[in-house]
Amino acid sequence: MKVDHSQPLEYSTEQNRLNILGFWIFLGAEIMLFGTLFTCYFTLVNRTSDGPIGAEIFEITPVLMETFLLLTSSFVIGLGIHAMRLGNKKAMQAFFILTLLLGIGFLAFEITEFITYYEEGATLQTSAFTSILFTTLGTHGAHVSLGLFWGLFIILQVRKRGITPVTANKSFIFSLYWHFLDVVWIFIFTFIYMKGLTQL
Amino acid sequence: MGYFSRFAVPHPSPAIYASMIAIAVTVFLIIAGITYFKKWIYLWDGWITTVDHKKIGIMYLISALLMLFRGGVDALMMRAQLAVPDNKLLDSQHYNEVFSTHGVIMVLFMAMPYIMGLMNFVVPLQIGARDVAFPRLNAVSFWLFFMGAMLFNLSFVIGGSPDAGWSSYFPLAGNEFSPHVGTNYYMISIQIAGIGTLMTGINFLTTILKMRAPGMTLMRMPMFTWASLTTCIIIIFAFPVLTIALLMGTMDRLFATKFFTITDGGMDMLWANLFWVWGHPEVYILILPAFGLFSEIIPTFSRRNIYGYTSMVASMVLISFYSFLVWTHHFFTMGQTAYVNSIFSITTMIIAIPTGIKIFNWLFTMWRGRIRFTVPMLYCLAFIPLFTIGGVTGVMLAMSAADYQYHNTMFLVAHFHNVIIPGVVFAVLGASTYYWPKMFGFVLNEKIGKLAFWFLVIGFCLAFFPMYITGLDGQARRMYTYSEDTGFGPWNMVATIGAVCMAISFVLIVYMIYYSIRNAKKEAVSDPWDARNLEWATHTPVPEYNFAIIPQVNSREAFWDAKYKGHPLFKGDYEKIHMPNNSGVPFLMSLFFFALGFGLVFSMWYLAICGLIGVFICMAHRSFEQDHGRYISVEEIKETEAKYGGTHK
Ligand code: HEM
Ligand SMILES: [Cu+2]
Repeated sequence: MKVDHSQPLEYSTEQNRLNILGFWIFLGAEIMLFGTLFTCYFTLVNRTSDGPIGAEIFEITPVLMETFLLLTSSFVIGLGIHAMRLGNKKAMQAFFILTLLLGIGFLAFEITEFITYYEEGATLQTSAFTSILFTTLGTHGAHVSLGLFWGLFIILQVRKRGITPVTANKSFIFSLYWHFLDVVWIFIFTFIYMKGLTQL
Repeated sequence: MGYFSRFAVPHPSPAIYASMIAIAVTVFLIIAGITYFKKWIYLWDGWITTVDHKKIGIMYLISALLMLFRGGVDALMMRAQLAVPDNKLLDSQHYNEVFSTHGVIMVLFMAMPYIMGLMNFVVPLQIGARDVAFPRLNAVSFWLFFMGAMLFNLSFVIGGSPDAGWSSYFPLAGNEFSPHVGTNYYMISIQIAGIGTLMTGINFLTTILKMRAPGMTLMRMPMFTWASLTTCIIIIFAFPVLTIALLMGTMDRLFATKFFTITDGGMDMLWANLFWVWGHPEVYILILPAFGLFSEIIPTFSRRNIYGYTSMVASMVLISFYSFLVWTHHFFTMGQTAYVNSIFSITTMIIAIPTGIKIFNWLFTMWRGRIRFTVPMLYCLAFIPLFTIGGVTGVMLAMSAADYQYHNTMFLVAHFHNVIIPGVVFAVLGASTYYWPKMFGFVLNEKIGKLAFWFLVIGFCLAFFPMYITGLDGQARRMYTYSEDTGFGPWNMVATIGAVCMAISFVLIVYMIYYSIRNAKKEAVSDPWDARNLEWATHTPVPEYNFAIIPQVNSREAFWDAKYKGHPLFKGDYEKIHMPNNSGVPFLMSLFFFALGFGLVFSMWYLAICGLIGVFICMAHRSFEQDHGRYISVEEIKETEAKYGGTHK
């Protein structure tokens, strides 16, 4: 494998560059995926039937907590990549672990939020609105959960194998993924929660 | 018994029992045959675990041909039923199942993999690359398609086939009106295959953008590579929409969500919109590579370079863009305002313009060319007029006010077969004949090939042109019978005769392959057609590394210019070549996907969860695996090249 030392480690081999481009294209497909979900959400948001509307079930506190946790984690993983570029393995690992912990915190809040909805009688089957609400949030949540495992695997690999062109490439791509989930969340926060809360 | 009764076919008939036995016997014979000839290891090492784009391409083609057979049998059953008025051969339920599986199989499990197979085989060779960007992912794509297809075909004998049409409109496809598991099969098997297709799109876009031979700028790429590039872009934007639509449809059926229901706020039109936002681009995913293939074949057999290269590229890019702006034309009659319909009428008609440009470019390519009437070229020559008729009827359908008359009649059926068969099917059949020598080292028999061609063309005209007439007279599509006094009888008989001709053509094609395997001269000619692009610059059969030395490109038709203008293609010396390792994990992962899918279809949650865990384990394995590939040494390359009589320089 030819290693090009003038480039950052994650870009240093041909395969690495291919991986990064391929992942960007994959993110393009993901944008379409979430774009479709949002479109469906906007189409169905007022079709609440006998069920609650958004403003009746959304609560600002957990949503703000989730937002805070996820946005912070996105910042922290940025620090992690910075540490990786400096070749500081310890700091990198610490930042990655912190990222995942924040991600777990996010999920914990999201799950309790879902439980509250269920207790208030807004279930997956209540109305078209609740169906699409849970599906959109759930798809994002499933991405975060998958990311937790993926991130964990990468931390383990960096620990064992060090910062190599391969692990650096994987870490960098993972950070792209994580930032992307953050961007999606910003849309969720704005167009689902904020818009929903001001509906009354 | 209670547990197993879920697997029963809801409307059994002797034909289904006979097929069950036939399937069991075939599977047994295949397994026994492989064991007897001791081919298991060959199969596993040579094919199942392969990551070689050429072998993956060939596996796609074989699967596509099998599916063509299955879909063709469906077609013959439909034509047999409609041949005479008031026929009792199939009842309405069977007829519904047959046209639904016919549509899904032909579009998603025949045409798509056929195109994907040709893309796999040709694109890396055409751009002078050694493989695709992500060979392992490529194997995953293939196996996901394959398992999706297998799952779908299983529906026929276990649990019952989908019966709500290939477009599977809700609320018809909902639990209330389609209570048996058929539609679950539809949702889940297409989902699995669709994920594979999306991965192929990403893979090939990366490959084409990043792995072209030095000197091959974007505007020097061969037409088929351009077509593949635009197709990949459509795939990447269109397939996620299908993913979500199928997810929502699955949830409606399995978890009683309220997306497409008539009660609790559900919106059935949402499905129709999502389906066609994917579905219309999908027809262009099929036709653009087909255009690309015609643009390879026509210049070769006219001994002329493609006319209007830039406008060809521009029209493909325009088509891929417009293909997202026309979906509403599939349901003009379903409740939009006249204003909305008019907009979509206009966008639909606009698409015909770039398509027309391409037609003229092919004609001008042939103009004053020295045309050789080989089988691939015959397919191109038949394509041009027939496809034009299909396009013109498309524009007729695009007039929203007039569409109230045509919509959901046999006229529509005639339109889309008129574009898909001369467009896609002729292209892939022509291209398979064209690329056959590159794949297998010998030329297919011309005589039988031409006979098959004529049966297909005449059969096609007989089968589908009458439908324009009966359609205008009001014969509805998807109706299992019609009465004597409609007067549709004679025309339908003609159509059935046409379908039989097409079936004969298929038999002839199979015979042609068999005959050629036995009798063709097996001299490995690397350039049998005197062709123009890089895929013909390698040896035949293509060595696993494709090119011993990466070619240097400095024109649009690098290989032609190397042959006739003396531009050197392969400069420099051999260097060791890096190749990816084989892996059984993609296959294993697809088996887990199959288990997951089967579990979901029958709501057998334990099986589904086991399948899902299996999929995750495969992904985790991939993450931890350290696979640096292997190198082919310079000595090995020299040896291989010497066997072929040296690298062409
Ligand atoms: C000149 C270009 C074309 C135009 C203007 C056009 C127009 C249309 C219109 C308006 C319809 C809907 C009619 C109705 O439902 O009443 C339609 C249906 C269809 N078209 Fe085309 N079309 C064109 C090319 C193609 C091509 C190239 C393909 C495929 C390779 C294709 C495949 C289909 C299919 C599969 C359907 C029917 C799907 C169904 O309802 O099951 N069309 N077309
Ligand atoms: Cu369309």
